[in-house]
Amino acid sequence: MLSDQDRIFTNLYGQNDWGLEGARKRGSWHGTKDLLDKGRDWLTNEVKASGLRGRGGAGFSTGLKWSFMPKVNDGRPHYLVVNADESEPGTCKDREILRHDPHHLIEGCLIAGRAMDAHAAYIYVRGEFMRERHRLEAAVQQAYDARLIGKNNIHGWDFDVIVHHGAGAYICGEETALLESLEGKKGQPRLKPPFPAGMGLYGCPTTVNNVESIAVVPEILRRGAAWFAGLGRENNTGTKLFCVSGHVNQPATFEEEMGTPFETLIEKHCGGIRGGWDNLLAVIPGGSSVPCVPGETIRSAHMDFDGLREVGSSLGTAAVIVMDKSTDIIKAIWRLSAFYKHESCGQCTPCREGTGWMMRVMERMVRGEAQKREIDMLFAVTKQVEGHTICALGDAAAWPIQGLIKNFRHVIEERIDAYTYKSTSDGAVPSVAAE
Amino acid sequence: MSVRRLADESVQPASFAFSEENAAWAEKRIAMYPEGRQQSAVIPLLMRAQEQDGWVSRATIESVADMLGMPYIRVLEVATFYSQFQLQPVGTRAHIQVCGTTPCMLRGAEDIRAVCQKHIHPEPHHLNEEGTMSWEEVECAGACVNAPMVTIGFDTYEDLTPQRFEEILVAFRDGKGDTIAPGPQNGRRFSAPVEGRTTLLEDPRPRHAAPESGPVEGDADATAPGRKREVTEEAAPAIKGPSEDGKVSQAEAEAEHRKAAGPATRKPSQAGREGATGAESPAIEKTASKTGEKTKTTGRSADEIRTPEAGDAPMFARPEGVPDDLKLISGIGPGIEAKLNALGITQYAQIAGLSATDRERVEAVLNFRGRMDRDNWAGQAKALAEGGVDGYVRVFGKKPR
Repeated sequence: MLSDQDRIFTNLYGQNDWGLEGARKRGSWHGTKDLLDKGRDWLTNEVKASGLRGRGGAGFSTGLKWSFMPKVNDGRPHYLVVNADESEPGTCKDREILRHDPHHLIEGCLIAGRAMDAHAAYIYVRGEFMRERHRLEAAVQQAYDARLIGKNNIHGWDFDVIVHHGAGAYICGEETALLESLEGKKGQPRLKPPFPAGMGLYGCPTTVNNVESIAVVPEILRRGAAWFAGLGRENNTGTKLFCVSGHVNQPATFEEEMGTPFETLIEKHCGGIRGGWDNLLAVIPGGSSVPCVPGETIRSAHMDFDGLREVGSSLGTAAVIVMDKSTDIIKAIWRLSAFYKHESCGQCTPCREGTGWMMRVMERMVRGEAQKREIDMLFAVTKQVEGHTICALGDAAAWPIQGLIKNFRHVIEERIDAYTYKSTSDGAVPSVAAE
Repeated sequence: MSVRRLADESVQPASFAFSEENAAWAEKRIAMYPEGRQQSAVIPLLMRAQEQDGWVSRATIESVADMLGMPYIRVLEVATFYSQFQLQPVGTRAHIQVCGTTPCMLRGAEDIRAVCQKHIHPEPHHLNEEGTMSWEEVECAGACVNAPMVTIGFDTYEDLTPQRFEEILVAFRDGKGDTIAPGPQNGRRFSAPVEGRTTLLEDPRPRHAAPESGPVEGDADATAPGRKREVTEEAAPAIKGPSEDGKVSQAEAEAEHRKAAGPATRKPSQAGREGATGAESPAIEKTASKTGEKTKTTGRSADEIRTPEAGDAPMFARPEGVPDDLKLISGIGPGIEAKLNALGITQYAQIAGLSATDRERVEAVLNFRGRMDRDNWAGQAKALAEGGVDGYVRVFGKKPR
């Protein structure tokens, strides 16, 4: 169990001052210059050694990502872009960082900027987070006023932080779509290669990192990579913000050690499952894009990248959506399909057409108004969308449905049976009976 | 994707202009981006225009395009692509955005939507009769832990019930929206659990430590949030120090940490934080003593995280006889069973006969506060001890597990 000394986000619930004064008391901006002076390679290697994996969902090594930036500057500026477009259903961790611990993020930007030779960072906050954005802007201003960042600052590394925002497009959480949006265009993902590290924002080398990945960096460096690497399990080190929503007694966001068993998370922080463990139906363990896992399978699963892969899902953003037995699981997944249909950017045909098609079939399955062979057809279509689009939104739209069919096929079939049971001999279902 | 078009010509205003204050703001905003990249400011400018007028009209789009030197079609693309831009007039007093995505749906967003339909208009994006209110269902607004929620203007109203939301809606309709405090409506603090924090505890509360599980994990004083209390170095070993080895490795870790962090870390103003960082953190101590050098550290294995240390004396005397299958008790899985066995609990009768104090001690080890009572382990164990599976069925009307 993680002790409070090992928690990084010590103002998670806004119980103390979010401003510079308070942040300094909690250890931010302490010895930053010493860290920066150790140079680019040391910073990158230290982050690599800590085992920090990107907190935005894919879990790619943060230090390794930084090391992809060109070693020699060819005259183009380097950019750090922070992805605060947190829109994955179930996820609300970055919100707490932005509004309660903004200086963690700003200091992290400076350090990450040094590690990748960048003199400017853009923080792309989702449009809906208006209060959070204002808070972050105020914190950035404090940092400028105290000459922690900006030109000729006390750290000796010129650095600008610009807070930018979106306007309600989920797809802008995809890194290249985010760059497009930041350039003032529609947020449609770019083909890769070229990768952002070679040609990103404004055609310059760019690294896009999640808020949490950047915000934990100063603390890791101050305490040493070994401290972070000593938490969690091998290859899944450190601490993580978990957001548990849905049918638990007390939904909450909290910081916990990676690899903590699911059961412990729920019992310790969320007061148990609504109606007891017998009442647990399924869990979506990492935000809407990952497949759901039946309750009995996830109970003892370790909540980290590898632990959840073993149960056929993924950690994603560690946004745990819990569903008890009162849930209409088909409807819950249908709502996700509706979400992806709404958020598809329209660039690739399989996704643009597929998400709408899948949603419409799912809509019928919620009512049971379908043929059983359509379940297989739906599954086949999800397979045709998955992997055939520029970005991962097509995959993300396919996985929840695949998870549903794999784990809850019997529920769909029962629903269809219950519906067709009411049909007359010529196949027509009286409309009254349909209700 | 969804089809979004500009509002009908009949409602389009003839012209748009930023207020003086907003125009000055826009100029500063545009200057934040590199030379020749002014286009980047298109979303912030459109958003500011929407904050001013409530929605984005054709005139707004054209005016913003002119400011940024962009073709009209490019700005139109942006305005229709991003769903936060309202392309038709919204209620003058409030435009309510109900989050309807799965996490909110699971906790009753449909009832919240029904309140909107009842009080405003059955259809989204329509004004009520007075033209003061409008609503829409939006996709995930990023406050899932506080579901269900709505956004009105800049603020979110979270942890709603239909009754509470109705009060909020009526207040806004009557122009008294400012009387409602935004944020969670059920008295919780932001995203903390409603019954109080489980982490970052403010009140120094002694950690329940099972006597056999080794050193106490951290002192209550040191765990206080904000870490205003200084943890002195004299105190730190006392908090931790179980053995001489531990102290030595701790000193090593401390020295290494100092070396890494540089002399500045010794500033007295930071002592509290310093005390709370790497030096006496259980993790670093553990790894440092294990590997002897920090570069070689790897993560601990899964079992190490939770299982009581091997060699601990059991808390209870292990009874004679065949161990029972404790997993039959609902709430006990293989993991917990192993832990209970390690404590010396192997039979139903033991669980049934635990005193309140013993239950607390066991829960402290399991780290499941209140779990035993909530799942009625004692009752289940009693039934199983007395009548086996049949006895359980008689009492609970279903088979165990």
